[in-house]
Amino acid sequence: MRIFVALMLSLCALTARAQLTIEITQGVDNPTRIAVVPMGWSGSSPLPEDVSSIISANLERSGQFDSVPRTSMLSFPSKESDVFYRDWRVMGTEFLLVGNIEERGGRYYATYSLFDVLGQRKVISNGKVDGGAGQLRDVAHHISDKVYEKITGIRGAFSTQILYVEAFQGTNQPDNFRLMLADADGARPRMLLESNEPLLSPAWSPDGRQVAYVSFETSRPAIFLQSLATGQREQLTNFTGLNGAPAFSPDGNKLAMVLSKDGNPEIYTLDLRTRQFTRVTNHYAIDTEPSWTADGKGVVFTSNRGGKPQIYQVTLASGRVERLTFDGEYNARGRVSLDGNTLVMVHQRNGVFHIAAQDLTTGTLRILTETNLDESPTIAPNGAMLLYATRFGGKGILAAVSLDAGTKYRLPSKQGDVREPSWSPFFN
Amino acid sequence: MITKAMKQGLSFAFVMAFLVGCSSTDTKTDDADTGANGGGVTTGTADGGNLGSSDGSQDGMQDLETVIYFDFDQAVLQPDARTLLMAHAEQLRGSNASVRLEGHADERGSREYNMALGERRANAVRDFLVLQGVNRSNLEVISYGEERPLSLGSGESSWSKNRRVEIDY
Repeated sequence: MRIFVALMLSLCALTARAQLTIEITQGVDNPTRIAVVPMGWSGSSPLPEDVSSIISANLERSGQFDSVPRTSMLSFPSKESDVFYRDWRVMGTEFLLVGNIEERGGRYYATYSLFDVLGQRKVISNGKVDGGAGQLRDVAHHISDKVYEKITGIRGAFSTQILYVEAFQGTNQPDNFRLMLADADGARPRMLLESNEPLLSPAWSPDGRQVAYVSFETSRPAIFLQSLATGQREQLTNFTGLNGAPAFSPDGNKLAMVLSKDGNPEIYTLDLRTRQFTRVTNHYAIDTEPSWTADGKGVVFTSNRGGKPQIYQVTLASGRVERLTFDGEYNARGRVSLDGNTLVMVHQRNGVFHIAAQDLTTGTLRILTETNLDESPTIAPNGAMLLYATRFGGKGILAAVSLDAGTKYRLPSKQGDVREPSWSPFFN
Repeated sequence: MITKAMKQGLSFAFVMAFLVGCSSTDTKTDDADTGANGGGVTTGTADGGNLGSSDGSQDGMQDLETVIYFDFDQAVLQPDARTLLMAHAEQLRGSNASVRLEGHADERGSREYNMALGERRANAVRDFLVLQGVNRSNLEVISYGEERPLSLGSGESSWSKNRRVEIDY
């Protein structure tokens, strides 16, 4: 209960201060040039959110777009009849997004169209989306998703969210840990839980309605389940030893985890309907960090059974274990992409910890990041980018890299150490 | 008589000063060493340790160093750790004091693996103490992984202090 009171009290203050900002560090060589014209708006006061800027920022963050600055625009059309293709062609614009927002009864109604400037044709005609007073950012993310998908053929993930842990640790104050939820661009951070004891390993349920995580609030590690809508929490485990690394199965019915109640860290699954625990691994070495394969039939995990941490896969039906990583002396915390083709992981090379991706068909491993002390990779539901935790300027921050390593950006926080991102599934 | 007492007092003070001097020298040396091999056993509980050790060895539960250090990705007890743990076992044998063994890791690598590694380290300390005759049911193991560093900061001088087990009486 205390936690919820703290949550309510801190919510407003946090929203203003703690936002993660975006610094794009690398984009693709030939980004698509798009003009996002300021949305037509006839209200008496300015729109509470600059919808067009949010859309531009989203598209630029993907690394695949370069947006035309407003100051370069020759006109600000908000409907098709005002669009003159030559105005946009002369400045190299490939796509043009125009739209209009109206407010009726406290609700915002957006209409938007996307034009292919070179082909001189409309590729999205009068798309519509509406939202309540606090949902203009959602409206912007929705339009971003549609534009991104129309141009790239890949579903946009701008409407998704991220979980992360914010930690305040220093000599002069007691430790403070916060489980945070924010938009995928770091905006609108909300605190889900606050504790003086460590919080770690947040994980999304596949329906996006619940999160599982590890909390030391009982003075020992325990796995908790929390509803995002109600804030209601349930303690799922209370075993002696490790209770960690929760991971939902793709169908949401099971939770894989690590428990050391029998003496060694072993992978278990918990059936969330029957509450039955099933032991998956059986080895005297460390087995931890389970993550489900895309088809839900197997679990990849970290084990030092070969002497050093490497990533293995166990087939649940047979119990057969297979080693997946061979390149390097430290590969840990694997996550398999939704298409099942790529394994991302923490990979040590020359004493430096990077995020690497391994093609599961060819076995080829590629280092994606140039930073150090990288950890906790989490792949966006559309498979285009991954978020990870690293250190920058002496602080823990989140950073992102595309799975082809072509695009990179950072999300530095103004306060605390930010770590352990977990990218949500699609919400619909 | 007075002179003799004063002489004794002076020589005691001299011995104390000498001991304190030695201690601080040791501290510096150990700090420098930690950069190389992580074998240093100084920080964390150094306060009072110097004074206590010059007092002798009578009841001394608090006198022993209570932090055991480890190499990267290792849970093997080093020789100096074994020596220290023998002394702890001496105190704990036949005692009903419950002791918490807190395992920790440095920040490198993944967090849940480090959680397991911290537990491995605390288990290694527990198993050694049990072999030395300490009642296992009085020893509680908990791992904090890399979540509670002793030294904030990135570099071997911090990491070597963080790869540890704390014996919490």
